[in-house]
Amino acid sequence: MTTKFNFKELQERPERLAPGHRMCAGCGGTIAVRNVLRTLHPEDKAVVGNATGCLEVSSFTYPYTSYEDSYIHTAFASAGATLSGVQTAYEALKKRGKVKGNYKFITFGGDGGTYDIGLQSLSGAMERGHDMVYVCYDNGAYMNTGIQRSSATPMYADTTTTPAGSCSNGKPQIRKDLVAVMAAHNIPYTAQTTFIGNMKDLYVKSEKAIYTEGPAFLNIMAPCPRGWRFEAADMAKICKLAVETCYWPLYEVENGKWIINYEPKNKLPIEDFLKTQGRFKHLFKKGNEDLIVQFQEEVDRRWEELQIKAQA
Amino acid sequence: MAIKERMSGNEAVAYAIMQINPDVMPAFPITPSTELPQFVSNYVANGKIDTEFIPVESEHSSMSAAIGASAAGARTLTATSSCGLAYMWEMLYVAASDRLPIALALVNRGLTGPLNINCEHSDSMGARDSGWIQIYAENNQEAYDNFVMAYRIAEHKDVMLPIMACMDGFITSHAVMNITLLEDDVVKDFVGEYKPEHFLLNKEEVMAIGPYGVSNYCMEAKRAQAQAMMNAKQVILDVAEEFEKISGRKYGLFEEYRLEDADYAIVAIGSACGTAKDAVDKLRDKGIKAGLLKIRVFRPFPAKELAEALKSCKAIAIMDRAESYSANGGPLAAELGAALFKYKNQAEVLNLMYGLSGRDITVEDFEKVYEDLADAAVNGVKEDAEYRYIGIRE
Repeated sequence: MTTKFNFKELQERPERLAPGHRMCAGCGGTIAVRNVLRTLHPEDKAVVGNATGCLEVSSFTYPYTSYEDSYIHTAFASAGATLSGVQTAYEALKKRGKVKGNYKFITFGGDGGTYDIGLQSLSGAMERGHDMVYVCYDNGAYMNTGIQRSSATPMYADTTTTPAGSCSNGKPQIRKDLVAVMAAHNIPYTAQTTFIGNMKDLYVKSEKAIYTEGPAFLNIMAPCPRGWRFEAADMAKICKLAVETCYWPLYEVENGKWIINYEPKNKLPIEDFLKTQGRFKHLFKKGNEDLIVQFQEEVDRRWEELQIKAQA
Repeated sequence: MAIKERMSGNEAVAYAIMQINPDVMPAFPITPSTELPQFVSNYVANGKIDTEFIPVESEHSSMSAAIGASAAGARTLTATSSCGLAYMWEMLYVAASDRLPIALALVNRGLTGPLNINCEHSDSMGARDSGWIQIYAENNQEAYDNFVMAYRIAEHKDVMLPIMACMDGFITSHAVMNITLLEDDVVKDFVGEYKPEHFLLNKEEVMAIGPYGVSNYCMEAKRAQAQAMMNAKQVILDVAEEFEKISGRKYGLFEEYRLEDADYAIVAIGSACGTAKDAVDKLRDKGIKAGLLKIRVFRPFPAKELAEALKSCKAIAIMDRAESYSANGGPLAAELGAALFKYKNQAEVLNLMYGLSGRDITVEDFEKVYEDLADAAVNGVKEDAEYRYIGIRE
């Protein structure tokens, strides 16, 4: 069902997330939503789901909605289950001749609603095999409530519940590898992406996720200028550095096969990524050099593990 | 032609579900309601219905999926008990405020603390302010009848609220009793087709549901929701009247049993009322004017009607099968006590706690309650009798 990548045609498609929403200027979450929805074939209808979070409170504030498609939000922990109910209703009503047209089902959650409070609901929906896509816009903390750590927050990040201080180096734990968790559900399609260049990687993966029959999971790194503490204009640079340092590799797991979509020719040191963001500022204080070494070791370990999976 | 059968309460509700053939049912097993998803799965596996069953991984997801399915335009139901309902708590409020006519077959069981699987009303009573209509059954027949009526009430345009059809765990859900069932086509005609006005999969219009509501709009939404609950009272009565025409069985907001000239009344909910009726009959044979008021509809709460029905009683025992730990009695006592005060009913009132965690209550227990009421009517309520546990070991 997927079509050949055509940047111009994609750009000419009508927006499915209307302007006028109240997301912050430079918000990565909004970029993720706009561009994922752009890959819906214009003739198809969709129901968009959403976990509670920044996106929900800012894009559907009564009496305004930014969605050109039907949309449902229920609660923080329930985006997976809610959309699975919508998708099942579609099957039931189609069978009884009560609904017409081709519908696609896509739900968005931040890392809080996906990695943490909504993980069970997501796991259930994926395991049951609903024909739907769950998109996590991963900005690595609970941004809506004010930058508290999540299990997606990178090690040593300064958040409001893991503040760096005289007795603390920020978050002590490493990030949860949610993509591997989702791949372990043996669903047809799981992928990780972010905003690179003309977004080809994101577009191709979104379309694949939406038009692969059965459940699919997309993990999109969606930097939060406020939470990560960087100038919004640096968004593209930060995404590129995340990929070039192998902090955020671009890869997909298609029917059990792990594929790395981009391997940097010269893998950049992690400092290049860390130093762009205020949340890692304390790592560059004199005497904290070993923290950066540990961070680098963790990035290397994960990258090597991924390469082994991709070679299998 | 009505069908004479013998069934448990769970079988009876499952039978109603089969006759209605709803579009979607997400459910997660929990004692004593587990049989309901089992029966439905069996019907589906054998082609008796074509409902889409979703075997969710928890009750939180069960109610979330039900909300999704109902919002999408599907006639939806689920079933649960006890902690299952507690785990749905957050979503119960969402379902009600989204104005989705979901039906929930609730098999009443106590909430954990300690863990116990037997009948108590603490699950539904805890959810009494979640915005759901609550209708209670005394036996399998009423459980069946209430479920047949449920969608007609919930889907009524003046209501559009979710509905909880409750029966007592094990006592009603598992005990096999005689029952009179309606024929399939009679039920199908009565329930009719679900035609939502707005739904996610409507090709004529898109819909967004579940907004962030700013303070400037939220209060109006809540007022409209409160109005729907007020409207439900008349709709419940209208639907009951229509139901009587197809079944010959009469239902109201509550049942009055030998209450008209009663000096002493017991007010209770659910299966215990069957036992209480026996006590009333025995006492009436002795010339004691005992009566019973069995609550059928707890939400909306028929405060004025209850006060009116109890106006000639000298003493009233309000019996709760759920603690509220308010140090002031149970939930039914709190609400009915307030209603009696509001409508200037001056009867002596006892609040009695019974049957917690499935503790038996007997005809003799009820006879003792009527004795206490007779005493209270003459001597007033003794302080230590005002809020008492029946059958407790001190």
